[in-house]
Amino acid sequence: MNFPDGLKYSKTHEWVKMLDTYSCLIGITDFAQSELGDVVFVNLPKIGDEVVKNEVLCDVESVKAVSDVISPVSGTISEVNEGLVDAPEKLNEDPFGSWIAKVEKITASLDLMDAARYEEFIKSEEA
Amino acid sequence: MDKKTPLFDVHEKLGGKIVPFGGYLLPVQYGTGVITEHMAVRTRAGLFDVSHMAELMFEGPDAVANIQKLCTADISLMTDGQVKYAMMCNEKGGIVDDLVIYCMKEDKYMLVVNAGNHEKDAAWVGAHLSGDVKYEDISESLAQIALQGPEAEGILRKLCNDKYIPQKYYHFIENGVADTGTHKMDVMISRTGYTGERGFELYCRTEDAVDLWNALLSAGEGHGLIPCGLGARDTLRLEASMPLYGHEMNDDISPVEAGLPCKLDGKDFIGKQAIISRGKPSVRRVGLKVTGRGIAREQCPVLDTAGNVIGRVSSGTFCPFLGFAAAMAYIPAEGYELGTEVAVDVRGRKVEAVVVSLPFYKISQ
Repeated sequence: MNFPDGLKYSKTHEWVKMLDTYSCLIGITDFAQSELGDVVFVNLPKIGDEVVKNEVLCDVESVKAVSDVISPVSGTISEVNEGLVDAPEKLNEDPFGSWIAKVEKITASLDLMDAARYEEFIKSEEA
Repeated sequence: MDKKTPLFDVHEKLGGKIVPFGGYLLPVQYGTGVITEHMAVRTRAGLFDVSHMAELMFEGPDAVANIQKLCTADISLMTDGQVKYAMMCNEKGGIVDDLVIYCMKEDKYMLVVNAGNHEKDAAWVGAHLSGDVKYEDISESLAQIALQGPEAEGILRKLCNDKYIPQKYYHFIENGVADTGTHKMDVMISRTGYTGERGFELYCRTEDAVDLWNALLSAGEGHGLIPCGLGARDTLRLEASMPLYGHEMNDDISPVEAGLPCKLDGKDFIGKQAIISRGKPSVRRVGLKVTGRGIAREQCPVLDTAGNVIGRVSSGTFCPFLGFAAAMAYIPAEGYELGTEVAVDVRGRKVEAVVVSLPFYKISQ
């Protein structure tokens, strides 16, 4: 299970890569993709959409279920990873290299964990 | 408290992700994942633990009469070694369970029923037994393993002499023997399955299950055999449009509505009159191919092009081999011919779909 440094993590298993003070990339973690199983659809958010921290950013469908991706920040969607439309399996193969959306004009953020704390968090959830 | 099958420890060792199902703890998938496991069965071979299924034995001069009364299928002309699919219906004409009937000999039959309905079926049978028949629930003494896929027979031949391998579909050999090299065991080998592929369902004694499973995995190594979980079992059966109790069938749905074989002009059975009285069905089971983006899943409303709710999805998933999302649904029996465009409400989004014929997937002969 991977927990790259340099990223921040949410309790609902999203990762955040800050690009500068007010913009970031968002994706799902290795733990999330492993729980999901084979991803077959990524229902990307729309460019221009406002997102609110702790609310649904978009959803991801695996063979067995749909899962909501929860936005760790409040802001505006400026880009989405179109590559995931035709290759949703990239979320399983390379969760940290496959960002889902770019958010700009960030106005608020959830309390996020660093890699070490997120790893501990997962261990305590699994116990 | 969920029960474990004899293969529970093996599944854990193989990295199976254990979930509760039908009162048992079983792997939904292994590290390979649902899609890889599904594709293995369609292209090479897959191994499933189906020991949770329940086996009910009927023996005696009135065995046939009892089964005739309980089940939709006419078993009077069954020969030794033959298998038949059937349903038990209730007095309203709804379906109590679907099952397979094994004819061991003229007064001895084994019914294999769904794990989730085990108690219900046992109570139902008990309440309707009459005459000179010995009825025994032998589920605890038997384990069941399914070996499915184009390579299944080649793999089985490594453990079993040809004479123990039934050649015809829906036939079985009661007294087969599997030889693992170190250990010979009794196996009943049935050419049946729930995947839409060629393959076998193997019944053995509980105490032999682990050896048989491991021997099959070894024998299958050069054939691409991998263990497969409930997730793939569901995508495979759905792709082949096979019904699942609790989805395409329940206590209210009749065999006619479900499009399942049910002779209404032959012998009598519990529920026959009620089914006849229902008359022409107002709803029927259809196949939907999703053409929009999304997966239609059970309970999703089906809509006509004007947005009115016309029915509900009974089962739906992404079909890995076919490459599209498909669903079975109950919609009005009239007015929705093949090719009709409909939509499915998937979490508030309208996803386009089209009515298609069943099965979605059929094995090429």
